[in-house]
Amino acid sequence: MTDTALNAGPGRVLIALYGLFALAAGARAGVQIATKFDEAPVAYILSAAAAAIYLVAMVGLIRGGPGGRRLALVCCSVELAGVLVVGTASLVARDAFPDETVWSGYGRGYGFVPLALPVLGLLWLRASSPSATSATSARS
Amino acid sequence: MLASWFVGGWWFVAVARDRWVGASHLVCIAALELVLLAQAVAAAARLISGERPEQFATFLGYLVTSVLVLPLAVVLSFLERTRWGAVIAGVGALTVAVLTLRLRQVWAGA
Repeated sequence: MTDTALNAGPGRVLIALYGLFALAAGARAGVQIATKFDEAPVAYILSAAAAAIYLVAMVGLIRGGPGGRRLALVCCSVELAGVLVVGTASLVARDAFPDETVWSGYGRGYGFVPLALPVLGLLWLRASSPSATSATSARS
Repeated sequence: MLASWFVGGWWFVAVARDRWVGASHLVCIAALELVLLAQAVAAAARLISGERPEQFATFLGYLVTSVLVLPLAVVLSFLERTRWGAVIAGVGALTVAVLTLRLRQVWAGA
């Protein structure tokens, strides 16, 4: 769209995946917060935060350009850190997580996609960066 | 629920979509969508007749999503007429398999 093809090809697959996970995590967190917030407030707030990050990452990928790229980069990094920290914490300190979050056990409840998604996102950001594709992105 | 028969078929659709986009894939995914619509109607009929899963809101959310995923995936796929568009539709089919699994779990009260 703008200077790079951040939102085409594999990028479009990532956008779809991020949208799906924003919806899945967001809807689940919404239901949990609405119906049984007292049981595990930390876990549900974390899930909601994860959903928000997925949404922002998706927006960044759709917008493209330097701004969108920076936005997506920050989100993917936060995501990766989050899934690693929360995943480790959920295994080490089980008592602190009475109910599952999206990131518990490195995203085990979601087929480990939450772990793979930020890695794929970062790889894609690098592969499609202007310096890597300067020869091919001249057409736009 | 009757959905269990079809999950196996969906995996096949996903793999097939992974290869390339063609008329056969569109027919496959349209047939799948028809099954999902039939499933939604059947579930709605049972809900109206008074049966209620424990987590009613969750069940309803999954049910609505299960009908919407494939049309959305196909639209995205048409925007991206390459191999990656086929991957999007394949991911959509896999999503449907997971959604169906969750629908059955929630209906059973898990």
